[in-house]
Amino acid sequence: MTPFDPVALAGSNNPDMTDHVSGIALRSKAFRWGWIAIVLPAALTSVLIGSILYLFYAGVGIWGIDWPVAWGFAIINYVWWIAIASGGTFISALFFLTRSEWRNSINRIAESMTLFGAACAGIYPILHLGRPWLFYWLFPYPNTMGLWPQFRSPLLWDFFAILTYVISSVVFWYLGLLPDLATLRDRAPTRGKQVLYGVMALGFRGTSTQWRHYHALYGVLAAVMAPLVCSVHSIVGLDFAGAATVGWHSTMYPPFFIFGAFLSGFATVLLLIMPMRRLLRLERYITGRHLDVLGRLLLTSSLFVGYGYIMDAFNTYYGGEKAEITMYQERLFGYYAGIYWATILFNVLLPQLLWFAAVRLNQLVVALIAIGVIIGMWCERYTIVVVSLHRPRLPSAYGLYHGSIWDWLTLMGTVGFFVFGILLIVRLIPVISMFEMREILAPRRP
Amino acid sequence: MSIDLNACIGCNACVVACMAENNIPVVGKQQVMHEREMHWLRIDRYYEGSPEAPDMLFQPMLCQHCERAPCEIVCPVGATVHDEEGLNVMVYNRCVGTRFCSNNCPYKVRRFNYFAFAAEERRPAVARNPEVTVRARGVMEKCTFCLQRIAAARIDADAANRPVGAEEVQTACQAACPTQVFTFGNMAEGGQVVERKKSPLTYVVLDDQDTQPRVTYEARIRNDGSGAGA
Repeated sequence: MTPFDPVALAGSNNPDMTDHVSGIALRSKAFRWGWIAIVLPAALTSVLIGSILYLFYAGVGIWGIDWPVAWGFAIINYVWWIAIASGGTFISALFFLTRSEWRNSINRIAESMTLFGAACAGIYPILHLGRPWLFYWLFPYPNTMGLWPQFRSPLLWDFFAILTYVISSVVFWYLGLLPDLATLRDRAPTRGKQVLYGVMALGFRGTSTQWRHYHALYGVLAAVMAPLVCSVHSIVGLDFAGAATVGWHSTMYPPFFIFGAFLSGFATVLLLIMPMRRLLRLERYITGRHLDVLGRLLLTSSLFVGYGYIMDAFNTYYGGEKAEITMYQERLFGYYAGIYWATILFNVLLPQLLWFAAVRLNQLVVALIAIGVIIGMWCERYTIVVVSLHRPRLPSAYGLYHGSIWDWLTLMGTVGFFVFGILLIVRLIPVISMFEMREILAPRRP
Repeated sequence: MSIDLNACIGCNACVVACMAENNIPVVGKQQVMHEREMHWLRIDRYYEGSPEAPDMLFQPMLCQHCERAPCEIVCPVGATVHDEEGLNVMVYNRCVGTRFCSNNCPYKVRRFNYFAFAAEERRPAVARNPEVTVRARGVMEKCTFCLQRIAAARIDADAANRPVGAEEVQTACQAACPTQVFTFGNMAEGGQVVERKKSPLTYVVLDDQDTQPRVTYEARIRNDGSGAGA
């Protein structure tokens, strides 16, 4: 494996690739490792459902949130997941526009990651509410109460941003699937699968008219998605920057949050493709080139994020506001200092190893760095939400915060749900976008 | 409202009066240790000098009813708004519980019903003030300047076709205070509160935030005895 591998190893061709990839989705029996792999995620998904039901029954008091730290895990996890989701869109939409050929073999898994990441993110703002059953009051609809939402609130912008993002991610993912679903329909071994994939393929038959419309629509959607992923994450940044709260009121937040989204997105894609290529024998189509490119992207976004941390510190001390400096000192040296320094270690220092090509191709080290980044990004959001809130302007309102058992169970539950979803995708749909791979592979067996 | 810090002895009578008047739930030891007490009015304590013999400084802290209230602009559902008399009011029925208002309040005077505190309280219904809404689980609440008392005075004044008098309304904290720390009134009609706010000692808390609060404080003057016998 070298960084100079082609995106598909020499000797790859269309018929082999289509046989192999559609064969995975159309297997009559599940993989043996699949049964083992799905146990824990399925259990955690049940934990998620259980903790949500208990939350609705008992109220948000079961969490660790208190006074003055009124936002906790729900917001941390929301930002964390939406960032992971955004990285997938970035790969599938932006690198489609730049015509990067390496994207073709990993865009399906990246988009699926977006889909389930956004699903995990999307439930948190609703769970976060004190009265979650009234979440739809944020939506501007004509109602008998004569009420309209308050458009100055960043939370309202956020509501629109998530809604737009979730809907367009689902549409983009599904549209990208259509030709492959049609392939599965044509190759389905049983009547049941034929009907299932046939219905899902929405009558895509591969006529030249259909392809023309398809390419036009896909191009337009990609051009919409690439800026959308930036706007949605800027809005997440504005959820904080739009407030006058200590530690949040910074013009740097929107771009800073986008950098964070790229970092965690690339890390998660790396973490997904490495086991996938081995377990599904896709080494031929996911090569050293992919690991190398993603490693470089991870390093680049790590440098961006590091720049964000430096500017955050600079703005605080250069700005000279006492409350901000007090909070920042607490962040660096106080009760929660370990979390801040873990952020720096995992997000900035460890990824520097990726400067070396040998490290970028060492799957074990890359996996460790990627896991580190994912933990580091969670720690970063913990610092932003909790550490900022626990040192407000009035010293009389200083407080502490600890997540409760229900906070942790809900977090673990969404992680399980995410893995559960990815495993379902791997089992049921082509994990590599076959029609896009055909554009770069030899048309027939040699 | 004007609060004279020279008079405050930190006795907490105002806090208790506020809880009785406004049906504020008692949350119990566990929840207090979890920093979830519901006091709309609290006495902030600051210490000065040596730890052995500190000088204690008290400051009653309640909703400052800001003209440029940071809580109002961050609420997505318009649950906290200005009324025509300049009060910052909380509309419990509209609140969905995002708690953004609490994060954005520089004075941290907003309190959240993490559980159904009022419903769980062992207090007979007759022990509650019938003029004040009992808040449900999942909504934010805060000091209203005893809105129910203002409303009662307004109804009387409307019936007699006259404005509400300068000192016609007394808030619960004001009525309970043994040292007359609080001065409250309809500033449109003049009266004592207008005079007090002219004092050179008057200041607003966190002036740099430009929230323009309707509560002002009169700074404490201490005679530390250093000039004695000169």
